[in-house]
Amino acid sequence: MRSLLPILTVLGAIVAIWYLAVAPMNLRVALDQVERSGATVEPATSVERRATSVWRLMLNNSEHVSVGYALERPRLPTPTQVGQELWKTTGEMVLRGRALSKRSLILHGWITLKSTLSGFVLGTVLGILGAVAIVYSRVTRMSLMPWAIISQTIPIVALAPMIIVLSSQLGVEGRGLPKAIISAYLCYFPVLVGMVKGLQSPAIAQLDLLRTYGASGLQSFLKLRLPASVPYLFTSLKIGIAAALVGTIVGELPTGAVSGLGARILIGDQFGTPLAIWAALFTAAILAGLLVTFLDLSQRLILRRMGMPS
Amino acid sequence: MTWLGIALIFWLAAWAVNVALARSRYHNTKPVRLIVPLLFGGSLLVLWEGLVRGLGISPVILPAPSVVAQTFVTSTDILWADFTQTVLKGALSGYAIGCLSAFIAAIAIDRSAFLTRGLLPIGNFVAALPIVGIAPILVSWFGFDWQSKAAVVVVMVFFPMLVNTVQGLRETDQMQRDLMHTYAAGYITTLTKLRLPAAMPFVFNGLKIAATLALIGAIVAEYFGSPTRGMGFRISTGVGSLSIDLVWAEIFVAALAGSGFYGAVALIERAVTFWHPSQRGRA
Repeated sequence: MRSLLPILTVLGAIVAIWYLAVAPMNLRVALDQVERSGATVEPATSVERRATSVWRLMLNNSEHVSVGYALERPRLPTPTQVGQELWKTTGEMVLRGRALSKRSLILHGWITLKSTLSGFVLGTVLGILGAVAIVYSRVTRMSLMPWAIISQTIPIVALAPMIIVLSSQLGVEGRGLPKAIISAYLCYFPVLVGMVKGLQSPAIAQLDLLRTYGASGLQSFLKLRLPASVPYLFTSLKIGIAAALVGTIVGELPTGAVSGLGARILIGDQFGTPLAIWAALFTAAILAGLLVTFLDLSQRLILRRMGMPS
Repeated sequence: MTWLGIALIFWLAAWAVNVALARSRYHNTKPVRLIVPLLFGGSLLVLWEGLVRGLGISPVILPAPSVVAQTFVTSTDILWADFTQTVLKGALSGYAIGCLSAFIAAIAIDRSAFLTRGLLPIGNFVAALPIVGIAPILVSWFGFDWQSKAAVVVVMVFFPMLVNTVQGLRETDQMQRDLMHTYAAGYITTLTKLRLPAAMPFVFNGLKIAATLALIGAIVAEYFGSPTRGMGFRISTGVGSLSIDLVWAEIFVAALAGSGFYGAVALIERAVTFWHPSQRGRA
């Protein structure tokens, strides 16, 4: 709570800067529009204006600056415009009973969320299995770990169009699976690293104690290593789910997807409707925020139930 | 089928060698630590080659590594042009601008505890957002050439770098700062002699995260329009025109560039933060 005021201040500053930036960003477009409607602009033509700096234009045409805040296709929309567009494609759709229509971001968000979650589950399972293999077998540790690290320096997004074309040629219907593969690839690594650290976190003395109790390997795994790794796991999961969402969105970008938030961004780009891009972006951001918050809350809950300080 | 058999046998043999090496008493020596992963990666390549040849997979779906290598050698000029466009111009300049400005911003913000408290949670949050999505907007602002790619990279690396640097600058404890105070060290001296060195592990953590993000940003931004060169451009058009071997060669370049970039940052880190516990005890 102590940091609530600072956070609000910083947020306020960001919004204020955003509003201030709208004027210079949109000025040229606004002046073109004003000129076409017959008003006098200084200097008079678009070509002359291109040679003048934005600040000079603002000074000379101060009465027209406000036009930039209400453009239909702004270079930089105001937060209000983004909010309105967001409401129009989500809340209003629900009120009119068309929550799942093709123009509704709820539908596209849901499609993206589905792929993200399946990719996340896939990546997490792979990461945990890899971590167990790495902790228990020296061969896997020596041969797998270097490649796991190198795999993260490879920009997987370069592979995204490949994976999509490949899976369609292999006869996989739809884009769900290839998107899930991409997001799983992006999120397995944080889980792997966190779990390796977590599974190795019990001290030698603790492991020895279990051995004196005559615990089998499986028992010491289930009763000591696994519980000890939970805090590490959750920290990694929070990074992993954000990465999985990025993977899904990138997987929706290339080669003509029609549904999902990434596809909305792409379509907004092709049809020159910046507001649609911004609305999709904010939906993605809200989705990421909700997912991370959910994991954060469950982390606190579970760690408290397990009697660990969170 | 013989291809498949040979590849499988090679793979199993390599695995057996690896098991033997890892169990031998030399498992902690440097050459063995290098050979094991190399053998593992090499056997995967052989398996890939064997699968493609043995099962007769069409090169339009998945070309064999040998074909990719051939394409790589014959089209180095294209690959080099794409590399300069995407990595040298787009990713590296964006990386430099983004990291430097985040570093400066972090030092400025650090002077105010109020701002630090407000910015860290927001910075952490923004770092988790799918920022690649802003690529189309920045491409429409800065044009199709590398400047827009650099801008995407700047935005992507800014917050991870900022959060890590701010956190690093808080690393010193009161006792150390008091000691500097008794030496009559001013703000600048304390910053350069005590707090920046102490922050370096965090700074390099941010630099490493940013290094992997930079390439992703530059390549994805090219899906939204680019001049007729660049790795993202070549990959998306290559997939369309079914020259998949060139796409794989391009992916190989991306992998090489990414690993090289990350490796360079890690090497510099080792030289700068040699005193840190995580770096000690390494040859």
